[in-house]
Amino acid sequence: MIEERFDAIVVGAGMAGNAAALTMAKRGMKVLQIERGEYPGSKNVQGAILYADMLEKLIPNFREDAPLERHLVEQRFWMMDERSHTGLHYRSDDFNEEKPNRYTIIRAQFDKWFSSQVQEAGAIVLCETTVKELVKDAYGKVIGVITDREGGEVHADVVVLAEGVNGLLGTKADLRERPSPDNVALAVKEMHFLPRETIEARFNLKGDEGVVIEAAGTISRGMTGMGFLYANKESVSIGIGCLVADFQKTGETPYDLLDRFKKHPSIAPLIEGSEVKEYAGHLIPEGGYKAIPQLFGDGWVVVGDAAQLNNALHREGSNLAMTSGRIAGEAIFQVKSRKDPMTKDNLALYKKMLDDSFVIKDLKKYKDMPDLMHIQSQNFFLTYPQLINKALQNFVRVDGTPKVEKEKVTIKSFVSARSWGGLFGDAFRFARAWR
Amino acid sequence: MTTEAPIRVEDKLFQNRYLVDVGNAHIKVKPHTKPSPALLALLKVCPAHCYELNSNGQVEVTPDGCVECGTCRVIAEGNGDIEWNYPRGGYGVLFKFG
Repeated sequence: MIEERFDAIVVGAGMAGNAAALTMAKRGMKVLQIERGEYPGSKNVQGAILYADMLEKLIPNFREDAPLERHLVEQRFWMMDERSHTGLHYRSDDFNEEKPNRYTIIRAQFDKWFSSQVQEAGAIVLCETTVKELVKDAYGKVIGVITDREGGEVHADVVVLAEGVNGLLGTKADLRERPSPDNVALAVKEMHFLPRETIEARFNLKGDEGVVIEAAGTISRGMTGMGFLYANKESVSIGIGCLVADFQKTGETPYDLLDRFKKHPSIAPLIEGSEVKEYAGHLIPEGGYKAIPQLFGDGWVVVGDAAQLNNALHREGSNLAMTSGRIAGEAIFQVKSRKDPMTKDNLALYKKMLDDSFVIKDLKKYKDMPDLMHIQSQNFFLTYPQLINKALQNFVRVDGTPKVEKEKVTIKSFVSARSWGGLFGDAFRFARAWR
Repeated sequence: MTTEAPIRVEDKLFQNRYLVDVGNAHIKVKPHTKPSPALLALLKVCPAHCYELNSNGQVEVTPDGCVECGTCRVIAEGNGDIEWNYPRGGYGVLFKFG
């Protein structure tokens, strides 16, 4: 056992863990952060988009030296069928601002930098070390961790579980359930390298401008899921994710799904001639508000993906992770400053502060959306994209058919696919889940 | 109809960096005679194609190319079909980009 005792142990060096460790170390707490990867970032996978506001709250001048790829000036939402896409694009020169709002990043590089800030603040970061289990005292209070290093038991007043979506330690210690196949999506992703100029020409970008494409439709073959494509400086991140329960039900394979997405006529020209340098797979929490587990207990709190904090509709996760990590660090510091013990009652402050933040407010807003999307996946991810693309083709193709008849064909296609009751019901259910 | 060569996951995994912990598989399949539906699902859903049927029709795992996503755990750990842990510190997949 390691004799040295810490104020806090943080398990994991992703967005949530780094935010928590930094917050506590900056306030003079004695922090040990344990990461199983070779270096912080080597086990972490994300699309990835970084949200500046949430990082500014931790590191106000991060733009000076953080490894950022491109700042986003354009968002494209694509609804796809087999050969077409209907797009909603938003591009604005307003995003070419002094302090841009969103950036593409490459996690392995970004996390290494983020961790250097944590270490500068005074935390001890121990890599290549897997935490095997939590240590509890006779009353069930978490008092430390056991690592896979020799004599690897370490004690602290509080353990911050920032262990990622799988949340293995929490499950083993009966703090929460294992994620269910209905509440997590499996995403696979590739890194495609292309010359900078090629990316800028293909995506209509100048300098460090960037673009995001998010795509839904027949690419997920009726499963609840989405594809994405993010422009980095000299690479394009491309991936697709669907609910694990849907993969299980359909027998679809994730790599075939990704390859079909890459071959879609709307996507293929964007990545043509690229060199693939990595293939990754990762789970994404998709259960929303209803899937959030118990967030605190005697001697522990859970943050980030391990707490299933992810806004599936807005594709926001890393900012919820960062914010929950920061708030956990602040709450723990408050408890410590009052010289109170790290009991469940005192750590409830973390939950209270999180409830008051955008993290829980946003998840609450969309609490019914996951159920709607999961139950109606055939309609929302297959039927409607097909109908909408057909309707648009009918609208733009000039073939001598009178417009009145064209409209009738389109309306009929919707009604015969979903019936009037179905159409109004879907619109009503969607509006209610959005509200 | 054109037929395309099936996607070879091995070719994709070849791009990745790994430090394999030889002799210490971090995922184990419980011995069985007839695989459960959950185990059979892993043959397809595992993004690194770590699960395969052997000549006796049993599901086997070779986690050398595992990307540590946890999908198989979510599907098959609950009923005891597999045992799932992270690799020892420093071992396993080492993402260059993530």
